[in-house]
Amino acid sequence: MSISRRKFLGLIGTAGATVALGGVAQAAGNHHFEGYPDTYGVLFDATLCIGCRKCEAGCQKVNEQDLPKPEVPFDDLKVLDAPRRTSATAYTVVNKFADAGAKGPVFVKKQCNHCLEPACASACFVKAFTKNATGAVTYNANVCVGCRYCMVACPFNIPTYEYNKALAPRIMKCTMCHPRILEGKLPGCVEACPKEALSFGKRKDLLAAARDKIRSNPGVYLDHVYGEAEMGGSNWLYVTGVPFKNIGMREDLGVTSAPELTHGALAAVPVAAGLWPVLLGGIYAVSKRNEKVAAAEAKAAAKAGKAGGIDTAGEALTKALNKLDDETAKKVKGDYDKALAALTAKKHHGGDE
Amino acid sequence: MSDQSQQTGKPGLITPFNIFAVIVLIIGAYLTFLRFTQGLGSITHLSDNNPWGLWIGFDLLCGVALAAGGYTTSTACYVFGMKRFHAAVRPAILTAFLGYAFVVFALNYDVGRPWRLPYPIFVSPGTTSLLYEVGLCVFIYLTVLFVEWVPAALEWLGIKKTRDVIVNKLTLVLTIFGVILSTMHQSSLGALYTIAPSKLHPLWYSQYLPLYFFISSMFAGLSMVIFEGSISHRYFHHLMDEEHKAGFNDLILAFAKGASIIMAGYFIMKVVGISADDNWAYLGTGYGLWYLVELFGFVALPSFLYAIGVREKNLKLIQWTSALTVVGIMLNRFNVSLVAFNWQLPAADRYFPSWGEFGISIFIITLLILVFRFIVTRMPIFYEHPQFKDSHH
Repeated sequence: MSISRRKFLGLIGTAGATVALGGVAQAAGNHHFEGYPDTYGVLFDATLCIGCRKCEAGCQKVNEQDLPKPEVPFDDLKVLDAPRRTSATAYTVVNKFADAGAKGPVFVKKQCNHCLEPACASACFVKAFTKNATGAVTYNANVCVGCRYCMVACPFNIPTYEYNKALAPRIMKCTMCHPRILEGKLPGCVEACPKEALSFGKRKDLLAAARDKIRSNPGVYLDHVYGEAEMGGSNWLYVTGVPFKNIGMREDLGVTSAPELTHGALAAVPVAAGLWPVLLGGIYAVSKRNEKVAAAEAKAAAKAGKAGGIDTAGEALTKALNKLDDETAKKVKGDYDKALAALTAKKHHGGDE
Repeated sequence: MSDQSQQTGKPGLITPFNIFAVIVLIIGAYLTFLRFTQGLGSITHLSDNNPWGLWIGFDLLCGVALAAGGYTTSTACYVFGMKRFHAAVRPAILTAFLGYAFVVFALNYDVGRPWRLPYPIFVSPGTTSLLYEVGLCVFIYLTVLFVEWVPAALEWLGIKKTRDVIVNKLTLVLTIFGVILSTMHQSSLGALYTIAPSKLHPLWYSQYLPLYFFISSMFAGLSMVIFEGSISHRYFHHLMDEEHKAGFNDLILAFAKGASIIMAGYFIMKVVGISADDNWAYLGTGYGLWYLVELFGFVALPSFLYAIGVREKNLKLIQWTSALTVVGIMLNRFNVSLVAFNWQLPAADRYFPSWGEFGISIFIITLLILVFRFIVTRMPIFYEHPQFKDSHH
């Protein structure tokens, strides 16, 4: 059996198209992305945190190229009295919730949660954010335009911006120490924690550990691992003994990831490109045809008028009408005269009688 | 002197508006200097919690919505075959073109590295982002509007050949392009907020946001043509030819009728939206009251007033209603981007624009008006160029 060159190329082309279409069909179907296998994460245990701010210091130390030393030193715990959020000079902050639990204050560390399907990455129009296989969500300042849509999109209010830089402001955000993880080191904050309130590991192991903690310490933890499902899940996980909403963590975020929230609107966009030309082209064709028909009818009417000679016809009509009028008038007058004559005659006779 | 200038219809250089404009330009130049030497923090109240402020809420969202007169008017004229509105197309296209051009200009102040604005399209396209979709469409649409506007400039310059090609061959294609691109980015501006259900108040958050933004852009565009046309008739009356003057009343009635019907439909869609998310309970709150003010005062009321104006042929009423509608659109965009956004944050963390932000916004509007005036007093916008009479599409 011999295969011609053309036939061979045709077959290859068909195979290529099948592969391509197969891929598309899968993406458009009910395909579910489970996330990278074996990604890392951190489990934060609020029952163990003592609010020492060593994690903040550790973070600054490993990121000292980007983060300046704070004006108030890290061992000053008075800053815990006011609520704080991440800022362009602090990737992570610890907040104190004095009235959160019956057994004294509860401390919570705040930093990027490294979502499984990050809102920031989904929102970025220059792909400045990357969800890495390590689990870390990292930022690339080399393409960033500085539109700050990532900050609008993040449900945890994490990304921050260098508002006081005139020409090259960056988005500032925790990197989960992605470069250190690649070197086999722990994230700066985890390494600095003296109480094991932070544990680093594979996300699936951390989830199991969290469940284990909850199960083997009855009454200590609430049965909720924050970050397992919130906004589609995150690589940073939390367990606590008090309701999350009491320690500044929103419980109403839902489990739908950011890409899913915008997927519908984004998918509808190309429909406009497909439908409008057809619809508007149709409307244009109809209105154009109406114009044409109207013009043709007017022309035909004019033509018909000309063939009969509108002017002469009009004249004839006028003449005919005039003639008719004359005749009618004559006839009426004749009748009238006759009647008058008859009446006069009748009167005359009557008078005689 | 002033009598004479009024007679010729050409006021001198020193007018109240010009004095105001010069002051605004000086302040604007100073604020621009601050912005590009000390960063956004120096002249804005933007913060990590409130990354988008007046320049997005007003300059971008309102600017784009109110520039919708371009696609609505050209579609009515060229696609729906309402040729009698031909004289209104040029002013509408010019307004839209300048509107979009200044939206992009304003973005240069807001984004951190404006010279990278082409990046999303040419360097690193982030196709999962609705902002990418907005950027791409605005970029293409600005080009389309430029090509739609450029015949006026070519007539002014006396370049016949290129002008004839654009007018005779491209008008319909450009118009349909305009509708496609407008549908996409007008709706996508609303869809930007669908990513943040936890930040936008439930009454304003809806999966229908893209639809709301697109539909409202239609009556925004129609109303803006009436509103801006009325102002132009006051200040540029001497520039208008008979066709333009004669057609305007007819246009007002037709556009008011269209806007009234679309607003009625929009009202129903908003109610459906509340129903779909079962947000009725929120109507009893303070935000609910504010929502009802927007819905009844700035959608239902103008829809009704337009209808009365059309029925009674009351042009004055229609013109005032167009102003009300324009204010209503701005209110809606402010509500989505500023008032109802971050509604759960404590008052201390909420945003209110700084004087610098107001200053830049006023600076940009003033620039727009100056360029608009420069063009209409020189190029055939309100009248047909004698050399090109009856040679339009």
